[in-house]
Amino acid sequence: MTREIKTNSNLEKVLASGAFAVTGELGPPRSADGHEVAEKAKHLVGNVDSVNITDNQTAVVRMSSLAAGLLVQKAGIQCNMQMVTRDRNRIAIQSDIMGAYALGINNLLCLTGDHQKFGDHPQSKNVFDMDAIGLIQTVKSMRDDGRLLSGQELPPEGRPKIFIGSAYNPFADPEKYRIIRTKKKVDAGVDFLQSQCIYDMPRFRAFMKEAVDMGLTEKAYFMAGITPFKNLGMARYMQKNVPGILVPEEFVKRLKDVPKEKQAEEGMKIASEQIEEFKSMPGIKGVHLMLIEWEHMVPEFVKLCNLLPRPKL
Amino acid sequence: MSEFEPKIIAFCCQYCAYNAADTAGSMRLQYTPNVEIVLIPCSGRFDVILALKAFQSGADGVYVAGCLEGGCHFLDGNIRAKKRVVYLQNELKKIGLEPERLAMVNVSASQGPQFAAYVDEFAGVVKGLGPSPVKKQLAA
Amino acid sequence: MIICERKPIDEIKGFIAGKKKVLLVGCRGCVTVCNAGGTKEVEILAALLRLDAQKEGVELTVDEFTLERQCDPEYVDELADLVAKGYEVILSMACSVGPQFLSRRYPKERVFPSLNTCFIGGALAHGVWAEHCQACGNCIIHNYGGMCPVSRCSKSIMNGPCGGSSNGVCEISKEVECVWHLIASKYMDEGRLEEFAPIQPIKDWSKSRDGGPRKIVREELVK
Repeated sequence: MTREIKTNSNLEKVLASGAFAVTGELGPPRSADGHEVAEKAKHLVGNVDSVNITDNQTAVVRMSSLAAGLLVQKAGIQCNMQMVTRDRNRIAIQSDIMGAYALGINNLLCLTGDHQKFGDHPQSKNVFDMDAIGLIQTVKSMRDDGRLLSGQELPPEGRPKIFIGSAYNPFADPEKYRIIRTKKKVDAGVDFLQSQCIYDMPRFRAFMKEAVDMGLTEKAYFMAGITPFKNLGMARYMQKNVPGILVPEEFVKRLKDVPKEKQAEEGMKIASEQIEEFKSMPGIKGVHLMLIEWEHMVPEFVKLCNLLPRPKL
Repeated sequence: MSEFEPKIIAFCCQYCAYNAADTAGSMRLQYTPNVEIVLIPCSGRFDVILALKAFQSGADGVYVAGCLEGGCHFLDGNIRAKKRVVYLQNELKKIGLEPERLAMVNVSASQGPQFAAYVDEFAGVVKGLGPSPVKKQLAA
Repeated sequence: MIICERKPIDEIKGFIAGKKKVLLVGCRGCVTVCNAGGTKEVEILAALLRLDAQKEGVELTVDEFTLERQCDPEYVDELADLVAKGYEVILSMACSVGPQFLSRRYPKERVFPSLNTCFIGGALAHGVWAEHCQACGNCIIHNYGGMCPVSRCSKSIMNGPCGGSSNGVCEISKEVECVWHLIASKYMDEGRLEEFAPIQPIKDWSKSRDGGPRKIVREELVK
């Protein structure tokens, strides 16, 4: 499948070429230390096609995704700047989009964002002027129609040529409805979609079959989210405590059956098997690797999964 | 100074506790004499304002006596009374009055001895707390 | 109705600290129905304050009065004779409109709120109230199965449910039901999903509080 290239995004070029794309993720520091960002980025350069930079994830204050994203780009790899609607109204959103593009950001991941109740500033006032779908529409309108939400026109050279991303969650409730919400994102004009971490392969296969049948995978690039287990404790924790994530007993057993020092290796093996299946799964065009606070393992992991070398386009 | 004899107001349901007091009397059971019994049609009639007024008038302790749980003539009057007692205990604590001065007990009409024993027990608790700080100020 | 909750007694005690003459004013409107500031709650708060003063051995008079409503000037006027008796503090037991109307009508008085005004809602059961409206000024619940995503979704999103919806409850608390789960389930159960699938537009908040303090003038009623 080849499609018209709309932006200068490396990720878009890789996806459009038909190659199996790989994205990574980097959480900005809870400080103003830019070196930490550059250090983490080193592990990702050359190993993934672009890197998601989270926007105050879980509503905990961190360096802004725009600033950290630019630091990452300086290290030599494009970023997918995440933007949540929790903290900005439509004035700030459009202004930040213009600024981000002017500074060289090519990919924007549109999200609603976690509620601040469990963040580090539960006393804050939230915004939620619009939701993720509204944000996708906003970026698309600015890029393709050259219009702000007010109707104000942007000059042709002043339109942000941004590759528009968002997240999809095949596992949240209500189950039957998830595909409808994903369709809304596609209808809103999203270019690529990354999923939450996937462990429940049967349910994911069923979800993707629906997406293919509805023609959604022809309109947007679907990427599968992967987080390898670091150890048995993490698998158990996710199984019990993370809503909407179902960890099959089979994976837990595999981790249990190896000695503690081999669990990380086994976790990566499980993930690499999942990725092997994604490579040929209808509708899936790449993987999104979420090795949060485990960035230094990315080089080894992509090698294990035979995802190297990354295409140079 | 003579020994402190607490003044206690008991709001007793007519279906159970009030009869239990009668039973205790007819059995000639001895119990602490400084309890004034107020007849109410059901412990569900108990209202926080009744207890507040009793304390304002110098009561050292107040308790509500209702039917055994599940045995209320009006189904759940005693459960409601219990909730009001807990609510007021919290409020009393916030203004610095010992919440133990307010209590709820459940007895049936035939439990004369239990009623007498409870009166003594509650009087003992209140005696241990000493005179109500409100009363001390009233006397002054 | 407007749902209120009494302030902690310590905060109210702080308002009247060192004062000897207090007027406690209730309201027979919403706060009577939600058991926060009607005649009965006025009586209880007054009794607690008196009891506290007695315990401390300080002189305190708490007079009680409950108005038909505190949000209409003609009822607030009824307090004039009582206010003229001279109180050091007036405690209003209405929603926050009450103390504002009292202090506007009686500008020399020191008026304090005794309630926290919480939300616009209804009773789910006796003693349980839940938020159902945020006064956004442009009701859209007919587009959402008769349920309000503005007030009942933690993120007020127009195209839910978000990924934080799990087993019908919201990511912020197991005590908060996900209204989007209810909305989506209703449309699915009724087989009307196609009505619900289109994207709902970004909301115009200009008629909400975001447009500034609001005012309605009904010309046919104005004298």
